[in-house]
Amino acid sequence: MKKTYHVNEKGYYGTFGGAYIPEMLYPNVEELRQKYLDIMYEDSFQKEFKQLLKDYVGRPSPLFYAERLSEKYKTKIYLKREDLNHTGAHKVNNTIGQILMAKRLGKTRIIAETGAGQHGVATATVCALMGMECIVYMGEIDIARQAPNVARMKMLGAEVRAALSGSRTLKDATNEAIRDWISNPVDTHYIIGSVVGPHPYPDMVARFQAVISEEIEWQLQEKEGRSYPDHVIACVGGGSNAAGAFYQYLDDERVNLIAVEAAGKGIHSGESAATSVLGEDGIIHGSRTLLMQTKDGQITEPYSISAGLDYPGVGPMHAHLYASNRAEFISITDDEAMTAGLELSQLEGIIPAIETSHALAIFDTRKFKEDEIVVLNLSGRGDKDLNTYIEYFKL
Amino acid sequence: MNRINQKLQEDKKLLSIYFTAGYPSLNDTVGVLQNLEKSGVDMVEIGLPFSDPLADGPTIQASSTQALENGMTSEILFEQLTDIRKTVSIPLIIMGYLNPMMQYGIEAFCAKCKEVGIDGLIIPDMPVNVYHEQFQAIFEKYGLINVFLITPQTSEERIRFIDSISDGFIYMVSSAGTTGAKSSFGNAQSDYFDRIGNMNLKNPQVVGFGISNRETFTQATSKAKGAIIGSAFIKHLTKHGVDTISDFINEIR
Ligand SMILES: Cc1ncc(COP(=O)(O)O)c(C=O)c1O
Repeated sequence: MKKTYHVNEKGYYGTFGGAYIPEMLYPNVEELRQKYLDIMYEDSFQKEFKQLLKDYVGRPSPLFYAERLSEKYKTKIYLKREDLNHTGAHKVNNTIGQILMAKRLGKTRIIAETGAGQHGVATATVCALMGMECIVYMGEIDIARQAPNVARMKMLGAEVRAALSGSRTLKDATNEAIRDWISNPVDTHYIIGSVVGPHPYPDMVARFQAVISEEIEWQLQEKEGRSYPDHVIACVGGGSNAAGAFYQYLDDERVNLIAVEAAGKGIHSGESAATSVLGEDGIIHGSRTLLMQTKDGQITEPYSISAGLDYPGVGPMHAHLYASNRAEFISITDDEAMTAGLELSQLEGIIPAIETSHALAIFDTRKFKEDEIVVLNLSGRGDKDLNTYIEYFKL
Repeated sequence: MNRINQKLQEDKKLLSIYFTAGYPSLNDTVGVLQNLEKSGVDMVEIGLPFSDPLADGPTIQASSTQALENGMTSEILFEQLTDIRKTVSIPLIIMGYLNPMMQYGIEAFCAKCKEVGIDGLIIPDMPVNVYHEQFQAIFEKYGLINVFLITPQTSEERIRFIDSISDGFIYMVSSAGTTGAKSSFGNAQSDYFDRIGNMNLKNPQVVGFGISNRETFTQATSKAKGAIIGSAFIKHLTKHGVDTISDFINEIR
């Protein structure tokens, strides 16, 4: 059998993945598992999905040759401009797909979790578009840290509910969303924001995000006369933008995959989110994967200056890419990321999300050959992070 | 014979209590167990606290957070239980999430359970098929009964499958929702209790989630063999402490 890094028929990537869920969730997750592929590949679904990506999200997103950046780092760097999507990041590719899925499953009520608020905004947006009730769970601490996104969600008609349990951040917001789903098993669909959670979520979200690498293929073909780059770089929180950028190349060993995690104040500083280095095999949010935890199996709170990378686990696809050495994993500190964000702003006139700045920061140490083609997934724009940039650089 | 199976043969409705190990204070675990037995409780679920208890409502979440702050770990729980069988003879079940058990090592965890005299496990986030394919042999090697949950949404076919691989009792979750005390049950619950009662399953059923007082206990056990009280008991512990456990139990039956 041909070696593959995609999910297998049981819902696993190597030994990672699966659906470790309480029985209360079984009917919902099982219904989704049985139907998701059939629904996604119906003609009418594909037609509606593509139309919305084009007319509403503004796809295809450009593949931009970053000339000055390339010159500085002596290689050929293309930026995949997910920052130009409606709502400012790749997250909306998934929420468009999942809202259409929810409609076809006959669901009328949408729940979601959010950390920084990007996925919450992307979910509230598609719920407004489709006229669906929307409840977004957000940690009490994040609500205080991310006031502009909370306001956006409210303006879009969503209800933002504070997660008051545990550490009151993203992992707890996810727990609360799951508890809501347990309590509302019939009318509700849970739109997870990354390639995490029980099977089939990681695979479904990856397939919705795969539009990123599908476009890279034809865009590179046009620009370079070949459909694949030598390297694809993406930042990894839960892993959805990376999954989308890697998707078409997962089994194409000509392409080197580079996943960039947040090292926070330093990998061993005790304030980090570098899950591949610090994580151990375990179960989080219904998935077997690598996660940061104590020796006793209690899940710990990660840290990164970027709220979107600050998740104690990583999707099971990425855990497998790491364990099998298919992808290269690099971690970047707060300081390195901030510097790289400022550099891109001034070299190319693009202010990146701080999540994305982590990916950009690898050029300082990870060298590429002059004739190599490097595609970096510019997962989001920096508007939401202006305050953090301003405070950091005393602008 | 396993103490759980023995207890299930007794000709009465069983009252089972859930509490979180290491709560209210780290060293309360043994005292709570002894008082529960003295008060006439039939069976106990000892909650192994977890940082992210997905299936639990606010009361058990808060007690778990407190227990972890008190310093509770799997290791300490087993230390506390080392001599438990010298003073407590009712069936004891550990209820916890899979991740802490995985970090301890599933086989090592099961071996330790047997060593201290634990009779069974309830692991809400362990899927039926994973148990069946990976863990059943280990559980059986150490004489542990695994208890599965069913809910009002569980299909008849699946209930029959769960019945076929169970060898103790089936944990009937009373309604769609996480753990938490309710003061009464409605028609939907009594229909569900009747439906399951009429299925003639080989395993007796014990109802949990939402049982809080004499009324809900009586309703839950109209068809089922027993019922489990968790959140309401934890609330009592929080308010009145370990010494008044019998007052709580006497109000239930
Ligand atoms: C711009 C941006 N990039 C990356 C991420 C990280 O998520 P993921 O790893 O799922 O792509 C986020 C999350 O909020 C984000 O907003």
